[in-house]
Amino acid sequence: MGDSNYSKAYIQTLIDELKTSKIYTDLQCAAQVEIAKPTLRLSELKKGVLNGLVNSGWDRKLRNAIYRFLQTHPKLQFPSPPPEHLKEPLVFLRKAQQAWEKRILKSLNSMCTDLNIPLARKRPEKEQKEWAQKWTELGIDGPDADFGWEACQGCAYLSQFRPVYAPKDFLEVIIGLQNPNYHGSDTPGFYHLWGIVQVPLKVKDIDELRLQYSDMSINQCQSGIDDAQDIPSELFEQERVKLGKKVINTNHGPLAQEFSKKGCPTSMRATLWCQILAVELDEIDILYYEQLKTNVLQHDLLVDSLLYKDVKLTATNDDQYFVFEDFLYQVLLPFSRDTYVLNHFDYNSASPPKSYIRGRLGMDEFAVNYPPNGVIPFHGFAMYVAPMCFLYKETITLYYVFREMYVRYFFRLHSISSHPQGIVGLSLLFESLLQTHESDLFFHLKSVGCQPLKVAFKWLVRAFSGYLSSDQVLLLWDRVLAYNSLEILAVLAVAIFSFRKTNLMKVQSYNAAEAVLADLTTLQVIPLIQLSLFSK
Amino acid sequence: VISHFPNHVELTRKDLMVKNIKRYRKDLDKEGNPLAEKDENGRYIHLDFIPQTFMLPADYNLFVEEFRKNPNTTWIMKPCGKARGVGIFLVNKLSQLKKWSRDSKTSNFTPPTSKDTYVISKYIDNPLLIGGKKFDLRLYVLVTSFRPLKCYLFRLGFARFCTVKYNASINELDNMFVHLTNVSIQKQGDDYNNVHGGKWTVQNLRLFLEGTRGKEVTDRLFDEMQWQIVHSLKAVAGGISNDRHCFECYGYDIIIDDNLKPWLIEVNASPSLTSTTSSDRIMKYKLINDVINIVIPPGQVPDVRWNKIPAKEHLGNFDVLYDEELAQQDVMGGDPRKLGPGTFRGKRDGSRPSPATWK
Repeated sequence: MGDSNYSKAYIQTLIDELKTSKIYTDLQCAAQVEIAKPTLRLSELKKGVLNGLVNSGWDRKLRNAIYRFLQTHPKLQFPSPPPEHLKEPLVFLRKAQQAWEKRILKSLNSMCTDLNIPLARKRPEKEQKEWAQKWTELGIDGPDADFGWEACQGCAYLSQFRPVYAPKDFLEVIIGLQNPNYHGSDTPGFYHLWGIVQVPLKVKDIDELRLQYSDMSINQCQSGIDDAQDIPSELFEQERVKLGKKVINTNHGPLAQEFSKKGCPTSMRATLWCQILAVELDEIDILYYEQLKTNVLQHDLLVDSLLYKDVKLTATNDDQYFVFEDFLYQVLLPFSRDTYVLNHFDYNSASPPKSYIRGRLGMDEFAVNYPPNGVIPFHGFAMYVAPMCFLYKETITLYYVFREMYVRYFFRLHSISSHPQGIVGLSLLFESLLQTHESDLFFHLKSVGCQPLKVAFKWLVRAFSGYLSSDQVLLLWDRVLAYNSLEILAVLAVAIFSFRKTNLMKVQSYNAAEAVLADLTTLQVIPLIQLSLFSK
Repeated sequence: VISHFPNHVELTRKDLMVKNIKRYRKDLDKEGNPLAEKDENGRYIHLDFIPQTFMLPADYNLFVEEFRKNPNTTWIMKPCGKARGVGIFLVNKLSQLKKWSRDSKTSNFTPPTSKDTYVISKYIDNPLLIGGKKFDLRLYVLVTSFRPLKCYLFRLGFARFCTVKYNASINELDNMFVHLTNVSIQKQGDDYNNVHGGKWTVQNLRLFLEGTRGKEVTDRLFDEMQWQIVHSLKAVAGGISNDRHCFECYGYDIIIDDNLKPWLIEVNASPSLTSTTSSDRIMKYKLINDVINIVIPPGQVPDVRWNKIPAKEHLGNFDVLYDEELAQQDVMGGDPRKLGPGTFRGKRDGSRPSPATWK
């Protein structure tokens, strides 16, 4: 690999990681199988073995493994930055994130003491057996039911829980962020930014976005609009499906990603996402999931009840996702036990909250991550999983795809960081785009007391899940995966405001503005994004 | 303009519908129509869309013979004249049917009034489950004329889910929440949610099936459902008095089994137009709006002499399912691909005409 983009150290890390992974031993076994073949000549040992491996698809697998590594390990600069800087280079944002985390943990602990429930407890044998039986029906027999919680009787149990925080609480924190270096004066001067986010991060402007999303431009056919039922399929759909089948057969991550830039045909989406995220299940993955499930059965965490409450409040009441309620539990409960997720905190500005074994408060040797995966769910968390239920009917695949999506993209939507795709960056991108291109709308809304971000924030935090209709969410997430960026969420938010401009210009209050933007289920996202990006 | 056909019971009473369909199949068989093709077991290949059904008490002995051949099967008893799931129960032992047995020594056999008649059908015990729950489909079909047949399919149908997980075991046979999807029954369950009402749009169903099972099988499923609707209408077309003043909007109930084969369960002449949720209300509003626009072209006084071919923009959310008159005209126009009245060219391979080409 003579690629000058990657330093020697980076390549060495890659090789080290590959050597410790399963693919290395698999390759060795496959190579031994090749050598044992009678057709191999001694004089051509190396070439013959390499050809044999290529023919049986091993180079594809190796490439996918490398691709996966590249996606999850950003290029290191030289000299390599200290670990806190990998998480978050700006000190004031780091401090803000830590303060926010302290608040969440305090809220969690106080809920714990108020309700007199331990953060975690081991389940008695009988309860473990009951949960094992009801594993696929948790929607009905959750903590509400008679078994399990002897401490709390009655069906009012779940109602005692409150979600730890909601997106609007998080928005308050973001509004309060101030760069201590930026201005010291008390009077609001022209240093202030237009919207409510006051952190001057660098965000893309419309020309850069047009370049980035050039494959979505109006003169290119897209899945989701140009393969609709009333358009003759010879125009686009047939070719797209043929091409899609070829792409899937090559089983190559970057190829799948490139193909998805124009959207995935519905029947191929599940496979394409797996290829892009490099999710290929083998026996070890299945065993791992079973192990997580056993962890759920053996121990009961407070976080479980929070997840239950969240599902009951969001997905169960949603007329698109209520069918999948049980799947959500089967994904979210093991997810909170999965320590693999802890790895993503290396590049996430957040840190996993720590809790202490009873009686040993403050002593580091007795600190454990709580919950085991370090992610405290908030109101709406379950909606990250819900749209994917339309793609995968086996829970295991659903689990791994969700986990990968979370550690690559979704975590950025609820932690404070300077990353351009973090929620702060996306909010700023939204505000600056809206202000630049729809300045009269922006000004009008501000003057009636409605900051546009206040309405759009909840869309961004949930990546529009639950606000758009399910097929549109999937088309949107296709682009997130294909372009490896969440910026399209901000672009869509601007496009929606643009689309409803005539009605928004007439509103005279915050509530009226919210009402105009309340129902997004009839929107078609791809034409909106195309209009917004490419027709000005 | 009247919103019912005088003798719609030919289609909407469970026993009459079964009788008409059975007779229709036999007629096609006699004609030697390729649609009536049978496989090696003697079952119709293309026309097998109702579960095996017997009338009680009339066919009691035939039923017993069939039951004894396969004693481990479950059957469902439905009273002929009732609706909304009233009076339905599941049967898996002959002893549960004592009332209709002519051999019974205890009761005097009294000829049943039409109120007492039941149909007993083979229960579909392998329904397609989504999220572990059973569901059925409700599709709305507007018929403005039977001869020539003009029917329109409403795009915004919905699936009704049970609130309880499906369980085929014997001790759950009495639990109506597991087996019957009627909203009037599910509404009384503990887990009934009145935000979504257990209803899922057909678009979501399609998205899920395409995403998890693939486009070809999903398209085939929906195609088959449309064929079934047209066959059922054709079966009764001869018997219904085709008054030009009448139209009717039927509610078709279809269950899909886990081989993705649809089964026609029944047809309702007065589908419920009340709404249980807000999206339901919007959908039913659109339904009524579109029906009225199709039956009486907007802005015109209803005229009996109108040719009943609505303009495309009045269809709203309806798609033309089959318009016999237009199909005939196309045949006259020399297009060899179109169908004429009564002669179906449907072959179940790549050259199948989809309903869209019948316009």
